[in-house]
Parts: sequence; C-alpha cells; structure tokens
Amino acid sequence: MLDWISGFAAWELLALQPPGWGGVLLAGLAVSLQVAVGGYMLGFLIGICGATGKLYGGPILRDVLDVYTTLVRAVPELVLILLLYYAGTDALNQIMILIGAERTDISGLAAGIFVIGVVQGAYQTEVLRGAFKAVPYGEIEAARAYGLSPFQVLRRITLPGMLPHAVPGLSNLWLIATKDTALLAVVGVAELTLVTRQAGGSTKHYFLFFFAAGLLYLMVTLLSNVVIRRVERHARRGMPAVR
Amino acid sequence: MRSPQAGLQADAATSPPAVEVIGLHKQFGALEVLKGVSLSAKNGDVVAIIGGSGSGKSTMLRCINMLELPTSGAISIQGETIEMKPDGRGGLRPANAAQLRRIRTRLAMVFQSFNLWQHMTVLGNVIEAPVQVMGVSRDEAIARAEKLLERVGLSDKRDVYPAFLSGGQQQRAAIARALAVEPEVMLFDEPTSALDPELVGEVLAVIADLAREGRTMLLVTHEMKFAREVANHVVFLADGVIEEEGPPDIVYSAPKSERLQKFLATVE
Repeated sequence: MLDWISGFAAWELLALQPPGWGGVLLAGLAVSLQVAVGGYMLGFLIGICGATGKLYGGPILRDVLDVYTTLVRAVPELVLILLLYYAGTDALNQIMILIGAERTDISGLAAGIFVIGVVQGAYQTEVLRGAFKAVPYGEIEAARAYGLSPFQVLRRITLPGMLPHAVPGLSNLWLIATKDTALLAVVGVAELTLVTRQAGGSTKHYFLFFFAAGLLYLMVTLLSNVVIRRVERHARRGMPAVR
Repeated sequence: MRSPQAGLQADAATSPPAVEVIGLHKQFGALEVLKGVSLSAKNGDVVAIIGGSGSGKSTMLRCINMLELPTSGAISIQGETIEMKPDGRGGLRPANAAQLRRIRTRLAMVFQSFNLWQHMTVLGNVIEAPVQVMGVSRDEAIARAEKLLERVGLSDKRDVYPAFLSGGQQQRAAIARALAVEPEVMLFDEPTSALDPELVGEVLAVIADLAREGRTMLLVTHEMKFAREVANHVVFLADGVIEEEGPPDIVYSAPKSERLQKFLATVE
C-alpha cells in the first residue's frame, strides 16, 4: 500500500527532458492520436462506402459487405490486430516480391492506422446504415424531383440528413478508437500504452506512469466530449429539442 | 431565365402541349394501377385530377417527373419526350440521366407531406435547386428567394428550420421552393391533404393566386370546390383509367358516367 503511494514521490520522473519520461509519454500519446484519427477517418470512408453499398448495391456487393461486417465484428479485436498486422505486412511483402519490387518495412504507424481503420469500418458501416435509413424518403424524392444528381443527393441531402442520427453512434466509436490504439502495443507500435510500460519497466515506478497515462487518456475523452457536443448541436440544428 | 409565360405568348395552336401523357401504364407487381392514361395540357392550363383513393391519380402525377417509372407509355414536356429504355423486367427506365435531370428542373413538384429538407433553413430549401442544379449565383438566388418568400407570406421565416413551422407554413415554403426553379409546369400532389383543416385555406389561396397568373399546373386534389374554382379542365380517374374529363362546370354539374355521379355525391 505504502509502496505505490510512495511512488508518487518520484514526480520528477515525469519531467519532459531525460531522465524524465514525460516527453516519451507525450510522443506516445501523439502516435496514439495519429493512429486513432487516421484509423477513424479510414473507417469513416469504409463506413460510408459500406453503408451505401449495403443499402443500394447489388446482391453480390451486399453479400461481400455482410461477410466483412460480420467477420470483423465477430473476431476479438486483439486477434484481428495480430492477424492483420502480421499477415497483412507479410502478404504485402509477398506481393512486392511478386511484382519484383523491394521488400519494404511497413511502418507501425501505417499498419496501425490500417488495422484500426478496418475494424472501425465494420462498425461504422452499421451505424451509418441505420442513420441513412432514418432520413425521410420524401426528402430524397424531393431532391430527385428537383434535378439533383445521385451524388448531389448524397452530398447535399442524405449525408447531412443522417448526421443527427449518426452522431451518437459515431462518437461512441471515436472514443473506442482512441482506446483501441492501446491494443497495438502487442505488435510493437510505440503508442502511449507501450511507452508507458517501457517507462515503468526502466524505473520500476509502474503506478506513477500508468496513472499518468490514464490521465492522458481521460483528457483525450474529455476534450472529445466537448467537440462531440458541438458537432451534435450543429447536426441537430433543424430538429426541435426533445423535452 | 425561362419565363413561365413564354408559352402563352406563343401561338397556342402551333406550340406543343406543355405536358403530354400518352398511353401510360403502371404496374406494381400484379396490381395494375394505371391502365392506359393519356392526357394533354396546354401552356396556361390548370388541370385538376380528381378521383377516389387508389384511382391512380397520384401515381400518374409521379410518373410525369419519373419519381414513379411507368411500365409503358410516354411523357413529353413542351414537345420533348423523356427518353426511356426497357429495364429488363418488363418495365421502363430513363435512358438519359442528364436529359431527365434537365427536364425535372422545368417541372416543380409540391408534395402532400411537404418533403422540405429538414437540415436546411427555409431560405436554404428555396435556393438549393437554383444554386446546385441550375447554376444560379448564390446572391441572385437569395434575392429571388426573398421575393418568393414574401409572396407566400414567409419573409419573417427565412432563417427558420422547417420543423419549427406549422404545416401550412411548410407547404407555403415548399411552394416557394417550387417557384424558385421558374418551372414551366407545376405538379401538385394533394398539397392540402396532410394539413389541419384550419391551415388548408392559406395554402389554397397561394395556389389560386398562381393559377390566376397563368401558371401551367397539374393538381391532384380532394378539394372539389377548389378544383372547380381554379381549374379550366377536370380529369376524373377511376380504377386506372380516365373515366371522364372536361371543363369543370360540365364535369361537376352534368356528370355523364355513373361512377363520377357516385363519386361527386360522396364527396359533396
């Protein structure tokens, strides 16, 4: 008990300059955020395509997308990360060799973004599909009747129209994405959790560093909530308040 | 810009009809809703389409701008036939998407349930098609939209979102949206059916005003008295065919077919 409380006495270990580990933690946080933002945006792209494909695509496309969302949501994320990271980089290298290119080392950052993106894509497909369906069909019909092209209907009517229905689900997925980045520690991406473990291991002040990392994750969530509230208020501008 | 009155000034005998519907059939599965409807409206005509529910009157109107795709038949607007091709399942689909979009901007539809875009203000709804589809500059579209909103009595609501308006106000906003594309033909699909009784009058007043200024319009309605006042031609649809048509005074006061007699008796 006293042991971990006394750990706080080592505050100076959090200094930004060595021998403090603060700078390393912040660099890890930066990597985590890059992976989260990149993966989330890739997931959003996949989600938009997946949702439109599921709703308006042909039977084959719909089946393919069904297999994708079902598989990704069925397999534990840790397994997916290991699978996509090792098998993915391996497959990519095989292809590089096949087409006669050099074997490349894929950066942990890029691989992390890809993995988080594929996982997020499956969940976002489902969130967006539900939101798309919530847009009144009459609004889409009116857009067509006034000569908007299918792409204009999507950009001007369907996307903004579904946003208020998508924001709650998408915000949840964003918060999950920020914490899923921690799973990338197992494949050696130097994100916040991995560098925290390293700091703890080198100094034996585990509690101090994991407490600091926890605070950083909490700050990310609190800041996210501020942004989410603004986005939600904007998305719901055309809707009367529910009392 | 096109003027809705342009057609009126042209010699009505030589100019093609504003709307021509030829042999329109529409089948939903086994149900045949339209069984060969032909109809023609000159520029400046106000055609009221009446009939019981399920008679196919809304479907017919929705086939004119291809919101509903006909099983067979042809639609022409100012003499230009909408290009169609077989859809491979026994029906038709548009053969030329660009042509259809162009023709759609010349037709403006007012819907039963308004169908305003909820995430845009009233002004945003009115300028959307002019700016996005017709390439009108934003400033010009706003200037024109303000005049239209004044006309339908919604000047003070320009920055309000549709959900905060009454049904009558929403429908008047939808009419302003329709007028903003300077349509050659206006299609009204039961514009007052979703309104509370006390709000019907304000919408009918706007429509009557448009009829008086010589707008070409096709009006599907349950408001028999109103149809008689504003229309110069009445079409009675029953069971997917035009049972009877003619000038309102004759159709209303001397109905020939038994079905029309019965229908008029039930709605009086």
